Parts: sequence; C-alpha cells; structure tokens
Amino acid sequence: MEKIILIFQREYLTRVRKKSFVIMTLLAPLLMAAFIVVPVMLSQISSNQKVVAVADEGNIFAGELPTDPSNDLRYEAVPAQLDAAKAAFKKGKYAALLYIPRYDMAEPKGFRIFSKENLSLNTQISLERLINRQIEAARMRQAGLDKATLDKIKADVDLETINLSDDGEKTSSTGVTTGIAYLCAFLIYMFIFIYGVQIMRGVIEEKTNRIVEVVISSVKPFQLMMGKVLGIAAVGLTQLLLWVILSTAVTTGLASVFGAEKVVAARTGQLQQATAPQAGTVAAGTSTPAASTVTATTAKEKENPAVKIQQSFVAGLASINLPLIIGAFLFYFLGGYLFYGALFGAIGSAVDNETDTQQFMLPVTMPLILTFVIAQSVIIRDPNGTVATWMSMIPFTSPIAMMMRLPFGGVPGWQLLLSMALLILGFLLTIWVAARIYRVGILMYGKKVTYGELSKWMFYKA
Amino acid sequence: MQPILQALNVRKAYAQHVALNGVSLDIPERSIFGLLGPNGAGKTSLIRIITQITGADEGEIRLRGEKLKPAHIAEIGYLPEERGLYKKMKVGEQLLYLARLKGLSKADATERIRAWLTRLDIKPWAEKNVEDLSKGMQQKVQFIATVLHEPSIIILDEPFSGFDPINANLIKDEILALREKGATIIFSTHRMESVEELCDNIALINRSHKVLDGSVRDIKNTFKTQTYVVEGKGRLMVLHPDFEVLEHRERENGHFYDLIKLHGNTSPNDLLRYLIGAGSVEVHAFRELIPSINDIFIRRVQETMPESLVEELETVR
Repeated sequence: MEKIILIFQREYLTRVRKKSFVIMTLLAPLLMAAFIVVPVMLSQISSNQKVVAVADEGNIFAGELPTDPSNDLRYEAVPAQLDAAKAAFKKGKYAALLYIPRYDMAEPKGFRIFSKENLSLNTQISLERLINRQIEAARMRQAGLDKATLDKIKADVDLETINLSDDGEKTSSTGVTTGIAYLCAFLIYMFIFIYGVQIMRGVIEEKTNRIVEVVISSVKPFQLMMGKVLGIAAVGLTQLLLWVILSTAVTTGLASVFGAEKVVAARTGQLQQATAPQAGTVAAGTSTPAASTVTATTAKEKENPAVKIQQSFVAGLASINLPLIIGAFLFYFLGGYLFYGALFGAIGSAVDNETDTQQFMLPVTMPLILTFVIAQSVIIRDPNGTVATWMSMIPFTSPIAMMMRLPFGGVPGWQLLLSMALLILGFLLTIWVAARIYRVGILMYGKKVTYGELSKWMFYKA
Repeated sequence: MQPILQALNVRKAYAQHVALNGVSLDIPERSIFGLLGPNGAGKTSLIRIITQITGADEGEIRLRGEKLKPAHIAEIGYLPEERGLYKKMKVGEQLLYLARLKGLSKADATERIRAWLTRLDIKPWAEKNVEDLSKGMQQKVQFIATVLHEPSIIILDEPFSGFDPINANLIKDEILALREKGATIIFSTHRMESVEELCDNIALINRSHKVLDGSVRDIKNTFKTQTYVVEGKGRLMVLHPDFEVLEHRERENGHFYDLIKLHGNTSPNDLLRYLIGAGSVEVHAFRELIPSINDIFIRRVQETMPESLVEELETVR
C-alpha cells in the first residue's frame, strides 16, 4: 500500500507539473468563455451592417422606416422619385436601393431592388418579408383591424412542465434537464478517453524507457498499475475541479462586464434571442425618431424570453435532485474511468509503441463511442425505456447511460444501486484481467502480440 | 559456509518453450558469481525469478536458507539488461523515487544519493532531467539506483553492454569495493571473456540446463590440457614421444609459435630442458595454455549435446 502511494504521488506530481497540464487547465475555461463572449461582442459591434436606401414612392412605410430584427440591415430614406433616388444611391455608401412604386393594394407589383453587387439571398428574403408584412398590415387596416386588436389576437403560450410523482409536484424544465444530462455524459466520455489514453501512454512510456523492469523488481506489477491508474484519476479530478472553479470565476467576471442576463442566457444556449433586445437599442439610436416606438415595443417583447429562460433555468435546477446528480456524477466519473482505465493500461503493456495500439483500442473504445451516440438519440428521447435501462446496467455503457437518465428522474433506487454495484464488479474484473496481461506484457519487447496470446497470458502462473 | 543464495531444481516454462529446466545453483556469500551462457539460455529468466518479478513453476530459491519472500526485495539490487530511466524526471528525484520504492526512508535516501552523486562525479547534474544527461552519465545513475539501498545481493544483467570503457572500469572498481563491504555480486552475460577475470565462481547455462558450475580456479584446473605455448626463434624440431606439437606457426625472421602438449609423466620443466638442449632454438616465451571460459563452455557443450546441436551451435558462432 505504501508503494502504491509512492507511485501514485509520482504519477500525480509529474503530470500536474507538466506545462501541457497547466496550459490546458488555464486555457479551457478561457476558451469556453470565449465561445460565449465572442458572439455577444460580435453582435454588439455589428461591423457588417448594410445600409439600404429606401425610395418610398408608394408610401408603404408612411414615413416610418422599420428596423431590422437581426440588425444586419439598416434603412435610410432617399428621395422618393426613382431618378433622384438612383442619383442619391450612386453618391452614398448604400448596399442596395429599394424602390417602392405606387402599387395596387389588391395586386402589388413593380417593387425593385437595385444594387452595385449581387445581393445575398438572405438580404433579398428579408426585404421581401418586410414589404409583405407592411402590405399585410395595410390590408388589415383596410379590413378594419388595428394593431392593438391584432396584438390582442396573437397568442404566445409557454407550456409549464410539471413532474407529477409520488413526491408531489415539481416544476421542471426539459431544456435544463437535457443540458445537465448531456453535460454529465459528455464530461465522463471525454474524461475516460483523455485520461484512459494517458494511462496507456504512461505504460508504453515506461516500457520504451526500459524503466519498468527496475520498478517491478521493487514493486508488484499490480501495485505499479494501480498507482498509475489512481494517480492519473487524481490528475483528472484536479483538472475538473480547477475547471469548475476557473470557469465560475470567468463567468462571474463576464457577467459583471456584460450584464448577468446575457451571460446566463448565452449559457443556456439562447444566444440569438438574448442579443435581440440589444440589436433593437442599437437600431433605435440610428433610425428616424418615429421608429423608436416600434423598437421599444419589440424590445419589450423580446426581453421576455431572456427573463423567462432565466426563470425556467432556476426552476429547472430546483426541480433536479442536485446532491444525487453530483454524487452519482462523481461515482460514474471515477467508476467509468477506472473500469476503462484498467483496460487501457493492459493495452499499453501489450504493445511497444502507440501505433501498435489500434487493433486493441477498437474493442475498448467502441462501446464508449456507441453509448455516447445512442445516448444522444435514444436515451434522451426515452430516458426510462428498455434500451436506456439496459445500457445503464452494463458496466461498459452504464457510466454514460446512467448519467443521461438520472437528471430526468424516474430511475428506481434499485436500478441505480444495481448499476453501481455492477460497475464496481466490472472494475474488479477488468483490473484483474488487465493485471494479468500487464505483468506479462510489460516485459515483452519487440513482439507483435495477438489476441490469442493475450488470452494465454491471463493463465500464466505469476 | 552456507551459500547466500540457492536455487533448487528451478523450472520455468513459457507457452512455447522451457526457459529453465531443473537448475540448481549455490552462490557463496561475498563472491562474484558469473551466470554465463549464450543468449536465450535462460539467464534472465532465472534472474527474474530471483528478483521475484516472476515465479518458478517448480523448485525454489532460498536466500540465506529462507524461502524467497516479498521482504527480500530490499536485499537485492538489480540492474536489468533492458534498463532505462524516466526521461522527464530529475536525476535526484528519480533516485529518491526508486530508493523509496525499495523501502528506504526519505532522509536516508537523500543522504545516500548525495554521497553517491559526489562519488561518481555527477553531483552538478542532480537537478537536471535525465534526458539532458549523456549516456555515460545515465549509466552511472542507473548503477546508483541499483546499489543505493545497500543490497546484500547485486545482480547485474549484461552490465557492460553499452558502457564505454571508462565507465565500465569505474563500475568494475565500484563493484569490487562493494564486495569488500560484504555484498555478493551476480553477473549475467553472454560475453564470457568480459567477466572472466572478475568472477570467483561461475555457472554455465545452456538451453535451459546448467551445464557446469564451480569456482573458476577449479574449473580451469579440470579443463587444463597440459598444453604449453612456446614462442622463440630458430628451427624447432620436436621428436620426443611425450611432447606433441598441436599447432606450429612460422612468423617472420625465423620466429615461431607452437602449442605443445605433454604426455605421460613429463613436466613443463622437462619440455623446457628438451627445448634448450636441442640447441637450435632460442626460447622467448613459455607459458601454460589455460583454457578460457569460452573454450570450456564450447567443450562442455560438445560433450553434453547431441551432434546435430553442436553443428548448429558452431554455425551460429
């Protein structure tokens, strides 16, 4: 045991002191922050805003030029006569000239757009939509409907999802649940892959350095392997912990700079809607005074979703049994890693260099990848279905599958306990198999090993 | 005196072949013991059993009469044939780690490391990564790691392969010094001439069997052939029935080199007297032809092996 601790220490310290570890630990939260901040900043800068000249001879806008909801376009009035408009267009820095002729309300046509270069399809579509909307509004007015009535007619319903179980009713949020399930599964998947491969590399490194025989003349191969597997697990946990701390710090910092709702909203993946109010304010400052009333109402309407998301995020969090999720996450995070880590260690011992690992890697990584793929479709859709239940029991797939199921609730206690027990049993089995392959493999040089030989190694006398 | 290490009828088989078959050895305390044999004879397998890296299928190893147990690991220092170090680790840290794996306390290990690094002149490199060291210096570090915990048995597998002559001599001196302090040293090598003059006792292993063992002096005496080397000048004519010329080589300026075997009860003095009496030669050198361990090995193998295998062995050589 004392020797396992020594090996554990060495594995941990050499890895944590590595430059690559420090860089990755610091960089990852910054990168993650960058993914959130950059789009927000980009939308604020909006450097690519195109200005469209509007020659409104047909008076479709009645002097009130609209604002573009996506903030890509800005409208500016030019003289209504086509010739004068063309002259103004040529002089100014306009991307396009929209000409609205006098038109027949029943059969509107003759609308034209002039541009120096070809317009993008997006621009064309938004301009068409703009005109259509104006005509529709005008037709409604003709039919005796005013805007206030229309707003009253419009419906905007959000379904409030409530879990009805024996514990009583709980407001839930499918979005948040899915997000947490996905995040947990993804972290476990990444962790097993990254750190499993590190175990394998560590073993191969000891073999190619020829240090391994010196070491195992002092300790048992099993001790060496256990020390390594546990040491690297500690490295992974350290990294995870630092990531949590750092990204919380970075997010808090960002929130104070950019305003909390935006960052929170961005975090929940609703970036587009969240930036919309911002777009509105920008446009309001530049467009004609009359347009500001329109902008104000849209901004108010648009602000609602952001607030709603925030509320539902908080509510969603509240609906989830956080201690259970965190506890289970740590268990499956470690359990899955240990289960696979032992196998990765065995692979490392059986080969001389990393290029030879391919043939053995496939059967180990296949279940992992498969679970992750299936998890995203089948398990998310039906978290308590047959496939999900079975996959959350089998140790090869349970770390990811169970973490996908848990946030949705409805996993019976016995299933969770059985899954955990099976994972522990599975780990004991893989570590046993791995140790037997390992103790023969680490002393085997210059030989391409086959599956047949691997299976023989298991029954060699120690 | 009881041998410090004994192998009793050790057998070890792998899937395809038998590596050791009924090998028994006695290794006397404070001796330098040569475990000799061609590549693949089973030397490393035996060493791995002694160092408890693997176990024997049959038979057992005894250390001071006691069956080998995990605690004995600390009594053995092992420099494997496939040896190396963690490249990205500092010399001092690495030695400390390896010493502590052998059960040394941190304080003891640190002190001894300092002493050894100074002794072998690599103190300034203690804080360097191993990959920054020259190969010769890495070998010194490996040697230090082998002996740091003051083992009573030091096993060196092909110790001089890859060592430059200066380091090899340095290590030889250190080995002799350790023996003076009471350590028993086991050399394992297929280059028999390299350890011949160092070893007190040897065992020859071939094809998983021990073919010969004993003290070097006894073995050489047993294998002596009463043959003498005569070098000199002039025309050598040997017509005596008890003196047989095995080999005669003419050199330039009338010099010659002869191998002469004595028969009957003649002594080397008789031969010398005969040569001088003949008058036609001037003797420059006269010495007994002592067979090298290599020669003995080949002879022994020829005696114990079927014809076909001898031929095979000779074509390999």
